[in-house]
Amino acid sequence: MTSNPAKAVQPKSFAFTAENLARAQKIIARYPQGRQASAVLPLLDLAQRQAGGWLPLAAMDHVAGILEMASIRVYEVATFYSMFNLEPVGRYLVQVCTTTPCWLCGSEAVAKACEDTLGIRFGETTPDGLFTLKEVECLGACVNAPMVQINDDYYEDLDADRVRAVLQALKAGTKPKPGSQTGRQTSAPAGAPTTLTAAKGAGGS
Amino acid sequence: MLRDSDRVFTNLYGQADWRLNAARARGDWDGTKDLIAKGRDWMVEQVKASGLRGRGGAGFPTGLKWSFMPKQPTGRPHYLVVNADEGEPGTCKDRDILRHDPHKFLEGCLLASFAMGAGTCYIYIRGEFYAEASNMQVAIDEAYAAGLIGKNACGSGFDCDIHLHRGAGAYICGEEMALIESLEGKKGQPRLKPPFPAAMGLYGCPTTVNNVETIAVVPAILRRGGAWFAGIGRPKNSGTKIFCISGHVNKPCNVEEEMGIPMRELIDRHAGGVRGGWDNLQAVIPGGSSVPVLPKSICDTVLMDFDALRDVQSGLGTAAVIVMDKSNDIVRAIARLSKFYKHESCGQCTPCREGTGWMWRVMERLVRGDARIDEIDALEEVTRQVEGHTICALGDAAAWPIQGLIRHFRPELERRIHARAAAGAAHAAE
Amino acid sequence: MPKLVIDGREIEVPAGVTVLQACEAAGVEVPRFCYHERLSIAGNCRMCLVEMEKSPKPIASCAMPAADGMVIRTDSPMAKKARKGVMEFLLINHPLDCPICDQGGECDLQDQAMAYGFDRSRYIENKRAVEDKEFGPLVKTSMTRCIHCTRCIRFATEVAGVEDLGATGRGEHMEVGTYVEKALASEMSGNIIDLCPVGALTSKPYAFTARPWELRKTESVDVMDAIGSNIRVDARGNEVMRVLPRLNEDINEEWISDKTRFACDGLKRQRLDRPYVRRRGKLVEATWPEAFGAIAEAVKDLSGEKIAAIVGDQCDAESMVVLKDLVAQLGSPNVDCRQDRAKLDASCRAGYLFNTTIAGIESADVALLIGTDPRREAAIVNTRLRKRHRMGGFAVGVIGPHNDLTYKYDYLGGGGQTLVELANGRHGFAEKLKAAKRPMLILGQGALARPDGAAVLGVARKLAESFGMVRGADHASGAWNGFNVLHTAAARVGGLDLGLVPGPKGRDVAGILDGAEAGDIKVVFLLAADEINTKRLGKAFVIYQGHHGDSGAQRADVILPGAAYTEKNGTYVNTEGRVQHGYAAISPPGDAREDWKILRALSERLGFKPAYDSLKQVRARLNEVSPTFGRPDAIVPSAWGQFGQAQSQVQPQPFLSTVVNFYMTDPIGRASVTMAKCTQAFVLKSAGKTGTDG
Repeated sequence: MTSNPAKAVQPKSFAFTAENLARAQKIIARYPQGRQASAVLPLLDLAQRQAGGWLPLAAMDHVAGILEMASIRVYEVATFYSMFNLEPVGRYLVQVCTTTPCWLCGSEAVAKACEDTLGIRFGETTPDGLFTLKEVECLGACVNAPMVQINDDYYEDLDADRVRAVLQALKAGTKPKPGSQTGRQTSAPAGAPTTLTAAKGAGGS
Repeated sequence: MLRDSDRVFTNLYGQADWRLNAARARGDWDGTKDLIAKGRDWMVEQVKASGLRGRGGAGFPTGLKWSFMPKQPTGRPHYLVVNADEGEPGTCKDRDILRHDPHKFLEGCLLASFAMGAGTCYIYIRGEFYAEASNMQVAIDEAYAAGLIGKNACGSGFDCDIHLHRGAGAYICGEEMALIESLEGKKGQPRLKPPFPAAMGLYGCPTTVNNVETIAVVPAILRRGGAWFAGIGRPKNSGTKIFCISGHVNKPCNVEEEMGIPMRELIDRHAGGVRGGWDNLQAVIPGGSSVPVLPKSICDTVLMDFDALRDVQSGLGTAAVIVMDKSNDIVRAIARLSKFYKHESCGQCTPCREGTGWMWRVMERLVRGDARIDEIDALEEVTRQVEGHTICALGDAAAWPIQGLIRHFRPELERRIHARAAAGAAHAAE
Repeated sequence: MPKLVIDGREIEVPAGVTVLQACEAAGVEVPRFCYHERLSIAGNCRMCLVEMEKSPKPIASCAMPAADGMVIRTDSPMAKKARKGVMEFLLINHPLDCPICDQGGECDLQDQAMAYGFDRSRYIENKRAVEDKEFGPLVKTSMTRCIHCTRCIRFATEVAGVEDLGATGRGEHMEVGTYVEKALASEMSGNIIDLCPVGALTSKPYAFTARPWELRKTESVDVMDAIGSNIRVDARGNEVMRVLPRLNEDINEEWISDKTRFACDGLKRQRLDRPYVRRRGKLVEATWPEAFGAIAEAVKDLSGEKIAAIVGDQCDAESMVVLKDLVAQLGSPNVDCRQDRAKLDASCRAGYLFNTTIAGIESADVALLIGTDPRREAAIVNTRLRKRHRMGGFAVGVIGPHNDLTYKYDYLGGGGQTLVELANGRHGFAEKLKAAKRPMLILGQGALARPDGAAVLGVARKLAESFGMVRGADHASGAWNGFNVLHTAAARVGGLDLGLVPGPKGRDVAGILDGAEAGDIKVVFLLAADEINTKRLGKAFVIYQGHHGDSGAQRADVILPGAAYTEKNGTYVNTEGRVQHGYAAISPPGDAREDWKILRALSERLGFKPAYDSLKQVRARLNEVSPTFGRPDAIVPSAWGQFGQAQSQVQPQPFLSTVVNFYMTDPIGRASVTMAKCTQAFVLKSAGKTGTDG
C-alpha cells in the first residue's frame, strides 16, 4: 500500500490485448446491465497479469475507462486489496504467511530460510528480478501450516529445508508440485485416515 | 463419533475425483428436480427443522435468515451471494469444499437460490484461492453444459445463473456488507445496517449472504430431511461440522464431526493429540482468531458447539481450533492476531481504524513486558471502547482475543512486566 | 409520524427522519463529525452513538431511521462512554498543533473534545504522520489532521460532481486525496474547507493571516455573478480577510463558488483611492472639487444626445437610480446597463427573469439549456441542476456550448437552427418536453448577446409557450413558469428593473460606442463599466466611476473613486428578480466614497437638486421607480407578456457562452492574485496554454 504512485516507474500507456479484452467482456457480462463496475476486481487482476505482476497507473485508468468509472474509484480499489501490487515485483512473488497458526508451526524459520536462500528481506526483490519476498496475512491453509504462496500456488507443510528446496527448484527453472511438501493427502491427518474409512460413495443421499 | 454414513463431505480430502461424473457417483445432483418440485416453503421448513446455524462464524439460524427474503415478487431481482471469502485465521474448511466437492456445493447454491427466489447467485471466493476458483469454474462450466444450472436448471423450470467472483485480498470482505460492496466494485467497507441485505443488498435488491459450508450441507438436509440433521449434535447446535485443527497438535487436519463433540476428543481422535500429550496443553482458540482463547482447564471438558463455547465466554466461530502447547508464547500468539486485525481493518470507522493500531502497539510492548501494570487495565478498557462501537464486527473480533488473554493469562502479562522492571533495576544498579 | 422518547421526553417526528434529526427536533444536541445534512450518510465517525432501548450496543443515530416506540438516551452512561471513547480514538493520532492550525477557534474537533473528551491522553505510542497533498491554489492540506470523515469526498462526488477525491489505502493507512497529484478542478472546491470539521483542509490564500476571534463578521450579498449568493464578509481592521457562505435555502443553500469565496484578495489591489483628472494626456491625482469641476466643464452647454452613460455589471441599485436621474436631468436618452449587448427587453419583467427560481429547479423534470454554460456562468445554479439530476427523473437538453456540466445531458446542437427546429417541434427532444410535467428552459446571455438576440429571445418565448412552460398567473396558485433567463451580471436585473436602457431615440451600448467613435457622443459616463471595448470610445470625454483601475479607468479623463461591494450598503437584484441588501464590512479606501453619494454630489455640482439626501431616501426613490424594490428577499411574481422578436430570423451560428474564464469576469477577479493562480491552474492548463501565451 503506497500512497505515492510516483515511486514506481510508470509506463505511459496500457491497453488490454485483444485476447484479454475478450476475456474482460466475458467477465463484464456476468453482471447486470449498468453494474459493470462489479467487474473491477477481475479486470484489475487481468491487467496485473498482463502487465507482469503489478498494476501501473495506466492500467488502472484503462480499466476505469472500460468500466466507465472515475479513476479515483479504481485507485481506491487498487490500493485497498492486498493482491494488487502497485510496484513491480519479481517473476516469483513469494508470500510467507506469518499469522498465528503458521507462526505456531514455525513460519519464522520458513521466513528466515526464504531470506537466506534469496538474500533479500521482506519487501525486497532479488537483483536478477526473479524473486520478490513479502510477508502476508492468513491465506487459509492453516491445517497445512506453515505455508507460502508463490504466484498462484500454495506450498504447504513447510519447514526451512522444504521451502529452501522449493525456492532452489524455482531458481533452477523447474516448478515444484504445489500443495503439501510432506506428501500427505491435502488436509487429511498425516498417516492413516481417521474418517471416511468405509467404502467410497457413502453419505450424500 | 460421527458415523461415516452421516458425513456430508465424502470427498473432503480430495481422495476421489471432484468433477461432475465422480460427484454424481457420490450422490450429488441426484433428483434435484424433485427437490425443487417440493417447493420453496417446504425447503425453508426443512432447513428450519434441521436447526442449521450459519457456518461462517456468527451461527445465525439459516432457515430464519432465508425467511427474511420477500416472499412475493418485488419487481426486483433477488440474489443469493455465497461467502467463500474464507480468511479467518485458523480456518480452511471452505477451501476443501470448493476444491474437492464443488458440485455438492453448486447443487446447494441452486437449491438455496430456489428457496429464496433468487435467479442469480454469486460465489465470492477469496482471490488467493486460485486453484480452488479454477476447480469451481470448471464445475460451473460442467453444470451449465449438463443443464444442471442456468435456464431450466435440472429440468425444473427454474432459471438460475451461478457466477464465480474472485476477491483480491481483504479479510474484511468476509463481512457480508463489505462483501456486497466489494462485489459491486467498491472497496470492501461494510455498509451500515439497517437496511439489512434481505431488504437492500446487492445492487439494492433483496439478498441473502450465506457461507459455503452452510450452503453445501443443504442438499443433504433436503434429501435426508431436516430431522436427520437435527438428530446429530445437541438441540439448537445440531448437525455435522467441519473442524479445522491447527497449531501444536501431532496431526493437524480438517475433519467433519458431530457438533458438540468434546474438544479433547476432537483433538485426540483426529489430530493425533496435543504435541507432548494433553497435559502439555496451554490453551486453545476454539473458533478462529476472533474468539477468546481458552486455558487448558476449560478445554478439558468443553464441548464444541455454539452454546457450550458461548457459556465459557468464547465461541464456536468457524470451528477453527488453534491449539497451543506449553512451549508457546501466548502473549505473542495473541499480539500476532492484533497485528492481523490492524492490517485488515478497512479504515472506515474511527474505533476500529484507530483502536486496532493502538491495541496492537500496546500488545507488542506487553510481549516484551515493556509496560506498566495499569496499562493492562487501560488496554482492556480500549478493547471495550472498540467493541460494540464499530460499523461491523471486525472491531469486536479485534477486541475479543485480547480480552480472552487478559481474562485467562493476566498473571503472565504481569510476570513479564515485573521481570523487565527487575532486569532494568538490576542493570541500573550495576 | 413516528413517536419516540428522547431523554425521557416524547416527540413526534416526520416519517423518514433519522434518530439524530429527531434528537435535534427535540432540542437535544448530538455531536457528530461525518454527518452533514446535505451529504449522503456515512456513519463512519461514530461520534453520534446513542443508547437505544433493547439494543445491546449503542447505535449510530445519524444512520438509524427513527421508528415508532423507540426509546433513545443521549445522556446515559452507555452513550457518554461511547462518545468519550470515540473522542479519544479521534485524538490519539491527531496532532496537538492547534496553536498553529488555521482551524483553531472554529474547529469541531476542538469544540467537541472540550465538551465530550478526556482531559488527558493515555496514548503513548508514536502518532501517525501523513504526507500533505497538493490540491491546487485554493485548498491547503494538513493531512495528518484528517479524521477520515469523508465529507470532502462526498461533497466532491455528490454536490460538485467532480469525482477526483477518494480514500486510498486501508485501515490506519487510509488517506484522503486524489492519489495522483491533481488540483481540484471544481468551481465549488472551496466548500470542502467549510465542510472539513478539522484543520486538514483550510483556505490557502487565508493561511496564517487571521484568527476567527479577531474578525468582524458582516452578513452580505455576493456580486461576482448574478446569483446573489448570501455571504459573510470577515474583516479585520479595514481589510477583508475572507468571504464565507451564509445559509439561504432558496439561493445558495450553504455553498458558494470559488470566485465568490476567493476573489476577495482582488479588493486590495489596483484600487482607485482618490480622484484623478487627465492633464496633458496623463492621469494626475486630483481633489474631488477638481474632478467635479472637470466634469462640469465637459458637459457645459452640451445637449443631452451628445452625452451617454454605460452601467457596469456589479453596480448597486442605489447608484444606478441616482445615475438614471442625473442622466435624465442632463437630457440624455443614451443609457444602457447591458454591457454585453444582450438583447434583453426591459418592458416585460418575466421576460428577463429566472422565473422558475433556483430552488424551483428541484421541481422541474426537463430542462433545456440554450446558449449557456451554467457551470461557469452561475456555478450555484449548476449545482442545483446537478442536485436535481441526482434526484432522478430529470432530462437535460443543451443547445450551445458543449461542456462538462457534471451531469448527463442530451446535446441537441450548437446554435440557432437547432433552437428553431425544436421550437417547431421538429427535433427528437421535443417529445421529452411535451411529456414533461414541469419543463423549464434556461436562456443564457450567449444566446442573447448577438445581433439576432432579440429573435432568439422571441423564439425562446414561443418555445416556452408552446411546450406548456408558462402556466397560470403566479406560483401561489400552483402555476409554473419554466422560462428562465440566466444572467451573469449582479447589476443586470436591477438595471432592467430601473429601466436603465435607452430612452426614445436613445443609443444602446453599441450605439454609444459607434457614436463616440464617430464623434457624435462627446461625453461618456462609465459607472464601473469595464467589459466594453474602450478603444472604441474615440475622442469622447470619459468619466469613470468605480473601484478598480481596470480598462475603464485607464481610458478615463476623470476618475471618481467608488466603493466595492464590501464597502457599501447596496441593493442588488439577482437573476430570479430577488431584491437583496448588501452591507458594508469596511470603508472604501482613501478618498473613495459610496457610489450613490458621489453621484448625488456630482448632480448637485452640475446644478441639479436631487430629492434624496440619505440612503433611506434613495431607497424610497428605488421603490418609486420599481415597486419590487420594496419587497426584499421575496420573489415578486411577474406577469407574462410579449417580448423578443419571434418573427425575425435566428442565425445558425453556434451559441457561445459569454464566460470564457470563470475566475476572471470582473475587475475584482482580474485584480485577484488567487484568481490569477486559478486561471493558470485550471483555465490555461486545460487549454494547453501557459501564462506567457498572448
